[in-house]
Amino acid sequence: MGLLSDPYRRRALSRLILRLNTPLCILCYVAGLGWFLGLAFHPFTLRTYMSENAMGSTMVEEQFAYGERALSYAREFAGHKKKAGGIPVAWLEKTMWNLGLEVYKQPFSRTLPFPDEARERYMVKGTNMYGILRAPRAASTESLVLSVPCSEGQQNNQAVGLMLALASYFRGQIYWAKDIIFLVNEHDLIGMEAWLEAYHDVNVTEVHSSEMLGRAGAIQAAVSLELSSDVVTSFDVAVEGLNGQLPNLDLVNLFYAFCQKNGLLCTIQGKLQRTDWDTLPAYVHSLQTLLLMVLKQGSGRPQGDHGLFLRYHVEAITVRGINSFRQYKYDMSTVGKTLEGMFRKLNNLLERLHQSYFFYLLPSLSRFVSIGVYMPAFGFLILILVLKALDLWMKLSKCDMGPEERLCDGNQGASHTATEESRPGLLTLVPPLLICHATGLVLYFLPVLGQHVATQHFPVSESEAVVLTVIAIYVAGLALPHNTHRVLMGSGSDRGWMTLKLLSLLYLAMQLGCIALINFSLGFLLAVTMVPVAAIVQPVGPKYVYAVLLVLVTPAATLLLSIFLYQELIEYPVSLLECWQLFLQAVAEGLLDHYLYGSIVFPFVAIFVYPCWLLLWNVLASKGNWKRHSLGARPSLRGGASAEPSLWGEELPAAAAFSPAASGGSGRVDGIEACRRPGPSTPRLLPRGRGLDLGLLHAKAFEGVSVAAPCELAVGID
Amino acid sequence: MAAPLVLGVLVAVTVRAVLYRSSLAAFISDRVEVSSPLSAWKRVVEGLSLLDLGVSPYSGDIFHETPLIIYLFHFLIEYAELVFMITDVLTAVALYLAIQDFNKVVFKKQKLLIELDKYAPDVAELIRTPIEMHYIPLKVALFYLLNPYTVMSCVAKSTCAINNTIIAFFILATMKGSAFLSAVFLALATYQSLYPLTLFAPALIYLLQRQFIPVKLKSKGFWIYTTQYAALYLCSLVVIICLSFFLLSSWDFIPSVYGFILSVPDLTPNIGLFWYFFAEMFEHFSLFFMCVFQINVFFYTIPLAVKLKEHPIFFMFVQIAIISIFKSYPTVGDIALYMAFLPVWGHLYRFLRNIFILSCMLIVCSLLFPVLWHLWIYAGSANSNFYYAITLTFNVGQILLISDYFYAFLRREYYLTHGLYLTRKDGTEAMLVLK
Repeated sequence: MGLLSDPYRRRALSRLILRLNTPLCILCYVAGLGWFLGLAFHPFTLRTYMSENAMGSTMVEEQFAYGERALSYAREFAGHKKKAGGIPVAWLEKTMWNLGLEVYKQPFSRTLPFPDEARERYMVKGTNMYGILRAPRAASTESLVLSVPCSEGQQNNQAVGLMLALASYFRGQIYWAKDIIFLVNEHDLIGMEAWLEAYHDVNVTEVHSSEMLGRAGAIQAAVSLELSSDVVTSFDVAVEGLNGQLPNLDLVNLFYAFCQKNGLLCTIQGKLQRTDWDTLPAYVHSLQTLLLMVLKQGSGRPQGDHGLFLRYHVEAITVRGINSFRQYKYDMSTVGKTLEGMFRKLNNLLERLHQSYFFYLLPSLSRFVSIGVYMPAFGFLILILVLKALDLWMKLSKCDMGPEERLCDGNQGASHTATEESRPGLLTLVPPLLICHATGLVLYFLPVLGQHVATQHFPVSESEAVVLTVIAIYVAGLALPHNTHRVLMGSGSDRGWMTLKLLSLLYLAMQLGCIALINFSLGFLLAVTMVPVAAIVQPVGPKYVYAVLLVLVTPAATLLLSIFLYQELIEYPVSLLECWQLFLQAVAEGLLDHYLYGSIVFPFVAIFVYPCWLLLWNVLASKGNWKRHSLGARPSLRGGASAEPSLWGEELPAAAAFSPAASGGSGRVDGIEACRRPGPSTPRLLPRGRGLDLGLLHAKAFEGVSVAAPCELAVGID
Repeated sequence: MAAPLVLGVLVAVTVRAVLYRSSLAAFISDRVEVSSPLSAWKRVVEGLSLLDLGVSPYSGDIFHETPLIIYLFHFLIEYAELVFMITDVLTAVALYLAIQDFNKVVFKKQKLLIELDKYAPDVAELIRTPIEMHYIPLKVALFYLLNPYTVMSCVAKSTCAINNTIIAFFILATMKGSAFLSAVFLALATYQSLYPLTLFAPALIYLLQRQFIPVKLKSKGFWIYTTQYAALYLCSLVVIICLSFFLLSSWDFIPSVYGFILSVPDLTPNIGLFWYFFAEMFEHFSLFFMCVFQINVFFYTIPLAVKLKEHPIFFMFVQIAIISIFKSYPTVGDIALYMAFLPVWGHLYRFLRNIFILSCMLIVCSLLFPVLWHLWIYAGSANSNFYYAITLTFNVGQILLISDYFYAFLRREYYLTHGLYLTRKDGTEAMLVLK
């Protein structure tokens, strides 16, 4: 509490913040970035370990030996799939029934908001098939899910085969205490969403599906399997789910432990772990893995069918079999054994997976970084905004000692103060705020609503229309607030833009803080680009440099950059044109993710980040008749500290002597005269040198700012 | 002056009407920050249907409203939305009139003190002017009506809005100097939520000041007036409670309402300090700590009464804030009531130290509540500690805000009597330090 009440220490602190603002900000940025880069460094990460008691070891004797049967199922399934031209419902029903499962089918349909050109689908109709293996040892209160997508072409046939072989093997065992659901979902994520919604009897997206007839208790964990070859060389595990949600680390650990037990190679983000850690290439390798995870998580897209389970509080991972050119290959039996081991361990669970971490980053499969370690990287970046905001606040409150309550309630406060006598800087805040948010709302609603109008008038398809409208509105937004702002701002004052900048900095800090809790990667990616530019942007100085920088850090540019970086990291570099193509596709998929699965990235960017960025753009566009030395420069400090602008409100009574009322709003230059106040009281004059100095400063600071003179009014009363 | 107020009311009513019709209404009314077990509208509906079925509404563990509320809505259930909008408007108007009166009083007192030459010579800039004070009542009304907290509370149909109205009328009656109405409304407020009991002290001091009776324990007039006011208060309280008894012909509501408030059996998370603490505590300690926690609300009344006996309305503001921070089931609607008073103390702005940090803190916390709730309850990735951390920060922010205002108020008073430019004995500039 000393810091909050002791004026001396506060003064020291505020002086520190004012004087060392720029170095501190730079230091924070470097620290934040350095911290993040350090996360991939081996000694700074922790070794993963199993927290859940019930899954403590891999002491299970796996006996799955139906590898051949799996392959024959796969071939049969492939044949029937080709014949049916989709999911072979009748064959699956018969086969599952013969295995002794309770079989159900769930037809669903979904019309996309606009056609998905990458996957060529618009009106989706499909059927999910699932069979329930009832547990012999317990009531049907809990269940596990093994899901396999039924994709088009030759994809994933082996996965279905292996799933059926596992089902037939599991059926013969007596130790099951949880029901096991074997699910074949059509149209990958759409089918999965339909199934999950029907299973939990909710309807959060607009998918239509028939009522679900068979259920098997609360789902404890799920594994989604993707396998397209008879033999595999390695497994890749995908963890990132919808909105960057991650499964409990224990589930990943469990998979990794069984892979190790069976000698299977296991990768994450397609990267195999290196055994050496103290070399530079090893560090770069784990940094690449980490960056890939951050980029994937930041996109908010589910990286596999498991991604949708997470929303329903079900821990899930996707396991992908990879067949590459390695020498050593594993057959279906080994793969089946691994899955069998996992299911038997999950079967032992006494409660939901909750012991281990939910917030983590994985630089490799055996090392992790928990939330407490990675959050400081983000915290340092946010600190820049806070420091800059404090700096602005102190500069603002220094020149305006009059009592007023503002910025207390953000928008609310602004509209309140609008009713008071017009003060420049407060009224002017309202139009930019409203216009920016209106633009954001238009960006969110118009593309999908206006697609038909667009296709009627322009020779484009619906999907192109949506994407191009998004881009058009996004770019148009750059011009619109800029112009209106010019008209409405009227007398541009430095207070105006400083207040606007203060508001937008705080707004940005708030948004980034909130999103970083939900999706750290998204928050970090936005922060690392936007924060430094947001901190330096101002309407004076090299305006065009600032404008270019600001355009470079707009969320769309960040997306473009992220795509480029991603392609580099997966060692599939693209040219600029291809990158642009991918960008267009990413925009369309971002919208689809929002409408189909409820991803929050697009609305968050459109409704919050983009308007905030536009506010910063407004700051740049506002007319600052700001003399460089009047507010930006520190007042001279000689003669004691009372000349120092104080932290958050007036600290020192003497500072009141520089009340704007005294200078009468005129740009008078003689400092002593400006400081002498009318009225019955005898103001304590300042030491000559200091008074002159500050009088000059204030006279300049208040050019064009009209402030009522309370002293004279007070005299009038008595 | 009336025109802007009417405009404000129209805007506020429109916002509420739009929100009632939107899909947000269901979302807002389920928020734990907005509706507590005491004030949730769902529970009122449950109590009403129990009453209609001829069962005592207090027979379950759902309904904790007072009998008068249930009978009010027994007749007005069809117009519930209208009722809540009207109560908000009434609160705003009552506060508007009350503050208008208060301004006159402040101004008269200031004039008197200037004439008596009580102020130091160089405090001209601390003297308040009618121009700056002119808009304060309007600001107060708008702060209440347009505060997002009030809007949410109204949209959620939290009965906290009705308690606020009663307290606002109590303040108005006190300002107007009507001891009888003041006592009646105070009794009603106490009957509604128990804690306004502590507002007895500021109201009494204010009424005494109006009657020019010195607040001294030795003076006879003081005791006579206090007894009168207390008797009025107690009589109305007894009448209201007996009325409730006759309405339901049972005393069930006493344990179900006041027992529920005092013993805090429902530990649903809210923005208060109780739930986490008592969810974690061993059962056999809980009685002791319950007393400690509850005493918080009542205890501060005594030192505040001593320190602020010259300024009963500021006292009342601090006390309302304390109630809304330390009560057992706080909601954002309670906070909105004391926040409406912030413009009244606008002249303290120059003495506030942390207003920037604190307002940022409160806004950030308000936004983080739903985020962390989502992470805890829906995503399942965070846990209750995350949410409680924010609750704690929010309350610390409120406490610091109130102490900031309190200290600023005292500092201004000090400067008024001792002069704005303090000097040390050796002639250098001095500074007030709170140790």
